[in-house]
Amino acid sequence: MTDIMYREALRRALDEEMQRDPLVFIMGETIAERGGSYKVTEGLVKKYGPRRVVDTPIAEASFTGMAVGAALVGCRPVVEILFIDFAMLVMDQIVNQAAKYEFISGGQGKVPMVLRTQGGAGNGLAAQHSQSLEALFYHIPGLKVVMPATPHDACGLLKAAIRDDDPVIFIEHKLLYMTQGPIPDDEYVIPLGKADIKKPGRDATIITYSYMTLKCLEAAAALESEGISVEVVDLRTLTPLDKETILASVRRTGRAMVVHEACKRGGVGGDIAAMLMEEAYDDLDGPVVRVAGKNTPVPYNVRIEQACVPSVEDIVEGVLRML
Amino acid sequence: MAHPPAADRSSRPTEASPGIPEPILLGMYRNIYATRRFELRCIELYRQGMIRGYLHPYLGEEAVAAGACAALRPQDYIASTHRGHGHCISKGADLRLMMAEITGKATGYCKGRGGSMHISSKQLNHLGANGIVGGGIPIATGAGMGIKVQQTDQVVIAFFSDGASNNGVFAESLNLAGIYQLPVIYLLENNHYAVSTPIECATGCCDLAGRGPAYGVPGICVDGNDAREVYRETLQAVARARRGEGPTLIEASTYRHGGHHVNDPGLYMNPETLAAWKDRDPLVLMRRALGDEAKIRAIEEQVEAELEAAVTFAAESPEPSVAEFLAGIQD
Ligand SMILES: Cc1ncc(C[n+]2csc(CCOP(=O)(O)OP(=O)(O)O)c2C)c(N)n1
Ligand SMILES: [Mg+2]
Repeated sequence: MTDIMYREALRRALDEEMQRDPLVFIMGETIAERGGSYKVTEGLVKKYGPRRVVDTPIAEASFTGMAVGAALVGCRPVVEILFIDFAMLVMDQIVNQAAKYEFISGGQGKVPMVLRTQGGAGNGLAAQHSQSLEALFYHIPGLKVVMPATPHDACGLLKAAIRDDDPVIFIEHKLLYMTQGPIPDDEYVIPLGKADIKKPGRDATIITYSYMTLKCLEAAAALESEGISVEVVDLRTLTPLDKETILASVRRTGRAMVVHEACKRGGVGGDIAAMLMEEAYDDLDGPVVRVAGKNTPVPYNVRIEQACVPSVEDIVEGVLRML
Repeated sequence: MAHPPAADRSSRPTEASPGIPEPILLGMYRNIYATRRFELRCIELYRQGMIRGYLHPYLGEEAVAAGACAALRPQDYIASTHRGHGHCISKGADLRLMMAEITGKATGYCKGRGGSMHISSKQLNHLGANGIVGGGIPIATGAGMGIKVQQTDQVVIAFFSDGASNNGVFAESLNLAGIYQLPVIYLLENNHYAVSTPIECATGCCDLAGRGPAYGVPGICVDGNDAREVYRETLQAVARARRGEGPTLIEASTYRHGGHHVNDPGLYMNPETLAAWKDRDPLVLMRRALGDEAKIRAIEEQVEAELEAAVTFAAESPEPSVAEFLAGIQD
């Protein structure tokens, strides 16, 4: 085990997969010499050259479409869209093209591409650089959606995403890049669609993902010291959703809360809550609670920005409300 | 030298300013100087932690906004970019409201919700800076459509840079404006970089003005460091637009004096090229063109006083209220 940063873990995954498979190539804005805005791709152009580490102009819609095309002719492209906010410019290629191709071609063609992007508030970047938009992709049949919280998961899941034959939306969080965590020295892959119980507990289940996992673990630690034992389930992938792990945990604890940074309205939390109503109603000792981002664009000012996203206190309070 | 400044390419005299009335010249100098001083102050405040997020200085490019906006009337519109302080100041912004916005105060242009990258002003007909590269281009085109529908003689300037010109929205907008003969001036501030990507690595053809004629839109090159030249060409484009003769693409050649944003040292920029551009500093060129030391000093003193007042106003202004903010949101 070695402690590395989230962004280094992502780099290791890209490096290992590019080494392993010459059909993997990466594309995005200033990802080559500059190593990307968050320094994930640093050094890769030296190792693999500009044929496989491609700097693009600011032409998101078209270079994402190029990834679809390259995937159709046999490559495994990984495109980087600097901010998930800019992924709104590529929705046709992702939603109408990549997500549909296999289906509408009657299974003739697959689109084994990964779109790496990054979301979340917290850096004062305001409304067009702070969004949490995973629900838009979660809603689309044909896409897989991955949102790792730790360096360990980031590396293992990115490798799985690259090897996967379907289009994968891989969403990082800007506040995670510099976080540290242990990862195995030997190569490993984490299969898509498997949640991880980050902390076992008896009294209630918190279902969460991405950066909020860290907040939930903090909240769980605070509650533990008051004798309340909370289980934290980190989904890691939203699609495919690991319903088995969620349901098993909720059946054990009898109480469920979903926590995410994205706006509550139309969020993944509402869908999971509905799924629990349909499939675990008899096991629930109370209503499913959602703790989520406020239904507003993210503002610039730090105080109102912080008020938009769930805090550790909000999560603790949510759990206390349930018990 | 990959990006030679204009003076090295043309023998056009830069000292004389035939035909430009003195108040216009003084006004352009005021806006160049105000933008320069305002941004240097913002950088200081950023270092002191009073400003967060992104701050993209327009240092070195001030003559483009100053020259272009001098050709506008107050009721004309502009759409701006992430590097928008100069556009905003040259459109007549109140430095106090700008500074309050950039420091996140409730008294700012956008109530502290937008910050540097999102300043807009209804009162100034400033449609807004933009966090999305290219995002303002179709909006400006649409403002042109709105003007045409309402049959006024207003015009719109869309400011954007070389990076945005490689995005699809630019091509589509030029084409649309060409069809409908919209009163829009596409002001391409070619500062030769999109973050660290030099323009020659981002296109197979660096003649960006040449993209206009491909859509039936006149394409003109100007020295973006010379406010007078920008003013003259914009004035003609504005006159055509007001007469209903449609859009113009103006490529103003210029250069950043530093990195992409306040935390980017810009080490990828060639120091000699940068020095050559700094030798043609738009502020110095304009000062030289004016010549009248007393008038220059009066403008500078006035700006310094405004800037001090802006910093004090921002510092003394309240932050947005969290309770009020949350009260407006449905759970
Ligand atoms: C659609 C979109 N893609 C990428 C970015 C990230 N980004 C911000 S500024 C910038 C460079 C823009 O270059 P250019 O248009 O030349 O403007 P300049 O910074 O030179 O003024 C990039 C890539 C963005 N904000 N929006
Ligand atoms: Mg540029």
